[in-house]
Amino acid sequence: MENSKVIDRIKGEISENPVMLYMKGTAMFPQCGFSARVVQILTHLGVTFKTANVLEDAELREGVKQFSNWPTIPQLYIKGEFVGGCDIVTEMFQSGELQTMLEHHGIIKAPAA
Amino acid sequence: MAMSAADIEALIKTALPDARVTVEDLAGDGDHYAATVISERFRGLSRVRQHQMVYGALQGRMGDTLHALALQTSVPD
Repeated sequence: MENSKVIDRIKGEISENPVMLYMKGTAMFPQCGFSARVVQILTHLGVTFKTANVLEDAELREGVKQFSNWPTIPQLYIKGEFVGGCDIVTEMFQSGELQTMLEHHGIIKAPAA
Repeated sequence: MAMSAADIEALIKTALPDARVTVEDLAGDGDHYAATVISERFRGLSRVRQHQMVYGALQGRMGDTLHALALQTSVPD
């Protein structure tokens, strides 16, 4: 796939899917510890999310790194915005920032006060 | 060609001279590290921007020569 096509594909996917995860492997069979960790966090929060397996598409793997100016996989996008890789998502999860962001976007419900 | 902890520290300090950097070798294979970087230059920046600055300092080695770098960035208290 020619580069601009990959970029267009990524733009489409992150706008169509409120929570989009570019990862190595699939949610069922992650093939990298870092990707698995993000899947675990999203599943724990009860988030429905779409994944794309960069191991199946070398152009996607490079294209997404260029698109976000981020050199590694996994990459998490919420409402079209690049949130971060495994470190940042983990830090945000531990601080509760990720939950707040998801609630703010109406992706998950705030816990009953 | 793997990298040493000292290589990583030197590269980060070249780009962020004021930074206090600690680098820990997680697996002993020169490929999996954890680093903490504390720099005044991070003030007001999002985590993503802070990490991008550190990746920039590594001049493209991140994700290539260096497979994994668990990164924690912060500003001095």
